[in-house]
Amino acid sequence: MDLSFMQATLLTLLGGLPLTLQLTASSVLLGGAGALALALMRTSGVAVLSLPARAYVFVFRGTPLLIQLFMIYYGLGQFRPALQELGLWSFFRDPYSCAVLAMAMNTAAYASEIIRGGVASVPPGALEAASACGMRPLMRLRRIVLPLAIRQALPAYGNELVLMAKATSLASTITLMEVTGLAGKMIAQTYRAVEIFACAGLIYLALTFVLTRVVLLLEWWLSPRRPRLQPARPRIRTTGEPA
Amino acid sequence: MKTLILASTLLLAAVSATLTPAAAQSKPTAITIATEGAYEPWNFTTAGGKLDGLEIDLANDLCARMAVRCTIVAQDWDGLIPALNARKFDAIMASMIVTEKRLAVIGFSEPYAPTAAAIMVEKASPLAKLPGTGTTVDLGGDPAKVNAALAPIAAQLKGKSIGTQTATSNTAFLEKYLKDSVTVREYKTTEQHDLDCRAGRIDGVVAQKSSLTAFLSKPDYQAFTLAGPTFVGDVFGKGIAVGLRKDDTVLKEMFDKAILAAKADGTIDRLAQKWLKTSLTN
Repeated sequence: MDLSFMQATLLTLLGGLPLTLQLTASSVLLGGAGALALALMRTSGVAVLSLPARAYVFVFRGTPLLIQLFMIYYGLGQFRPALQELGLWSFFRDPYSCAVLAMAMNTAAYASEIIRGGVASVPPGALEAASACGMRPLMRLRRIVLPLAIRQALPAYGNELVLMAKATSLASTITLMEVTGLAGKMIAQTYRAVEIFACAGLIYLALTFVLTRVVLLLEWWLSPRRPRLQPARPRIRTTGEPA
Repeated sequence: MKTLILASTLLLAAVSATLTPAAAQSKPTAITIATEGAYEPWNFTTAGGKLDGLEIDLANDLCARMAVRCTIVAQDWDGLIPALNARKFDAIMASMIVTEKRLAVIGFSEPYAPTAAAIMVEKASPLAKLPGTGTTVDLGGDPAKVNAALAPIAAQLKGKSIGTQTATSNTAFLEKYLKDSVTVREYKTTEQHDLDCRAGRIDGVVAQKSSLTAFLSKPDYQAFTLAGPTFVGDVFGKGIAVGLRKDDTVLKEMFDKAILAAKADGTIDRLAQKWLKTSLTN
């Protein structure tokens, strides 16, 4: 084991970490918003909304992310004239935006099912109680359904986050030099696959470690059993006592 | 009893361990040759999933000359050398150029083809008028001459994106000579950078001239042309050869003999005419 080589490798590979983080963050944020919309469509009980959502999830969950990435990047690249007319070419010309689009669309499909599971776990009694209090559907969604659903879905969603962070490694196939891309390049130059992939693996390990901790923290923070600050004592006015 | 079995196993292991190097040096009867299968017309995969190309024809010819049974397999370009050293196969015939860096980790046979790189751009692009078209620049030659030839090209390519296949001498060329003026975009296969060149995501491609010439004869590439000089020498090494493990000296001797014979009787030239539409003897 050549420690100075490992150290140099780690330093070079860390140069790709910002891109890996950017890809993860943008695709998770966009995909998360898409997932929420899809989950609400799916659970709306309105066929016009739920059927397209079902079809979308079927397609994007049923095909490999690598193929989706290639379809968007190389596939749509063959329709340059049409895309130029629509003014979309500047978006599709850029490998970064293609990668984010593919990954966001992919994670939206998976995460929407996770959120749907969370929504389904909201006890009917809570919904009835909310209606009984006079909450309209939107308010009920905001105050009762989503908070409970998200808390329920968080552990599974944490899993999806980790998967996405690792899926960014596919971006190297469309010329984005993130951690895996740089590793591949270094191996091509030095032919030392074991050391370099080990270093790349370490970086992903550290990244997912931090991610899982953040999700755990969030879970703890949303947990109803979390020890909270001393709640304000209810002031009970009793008659006959001097003020 | 158990000890006896253990002892004899250990003894057997020790004996076979001492015998292996000697055994490896005996003449093999069957070998596996790896190619990339994505580098038309040198080696590619047909629509039917079969490997074909100049190197497939040549491999079969060389195997017949060496009187060994050959299996030809496809392997991703960037994994070829590690897999050879991991003994997944015995030889590489994938248009691989002999370079100093590769010589540090594997051995090579006699070269069976010379190498030269060129730049492909869109005919409509201003880059089509790159200076030096039709000339050859020997990068290993007089540094002053090389600089004089490269400076105007670097100036014209300023700010452009150029695609190459990752881990090739073409990438090494761009990074050594044109790094300051162009953005290098690295692709897994040459097919991918050609697609992106046609899509207009990159302004040009640096690849082996023989491969580019073959592409330009296809209808899909009517809008493209070679521009600027042909580059040889230095990073482009000493020609294309069969990649072998360093310790496989017997196999190297067999390949060397077969390649020299194929050169001498005109087989290699015939294959070059068939696949590259040009002669390789330059």
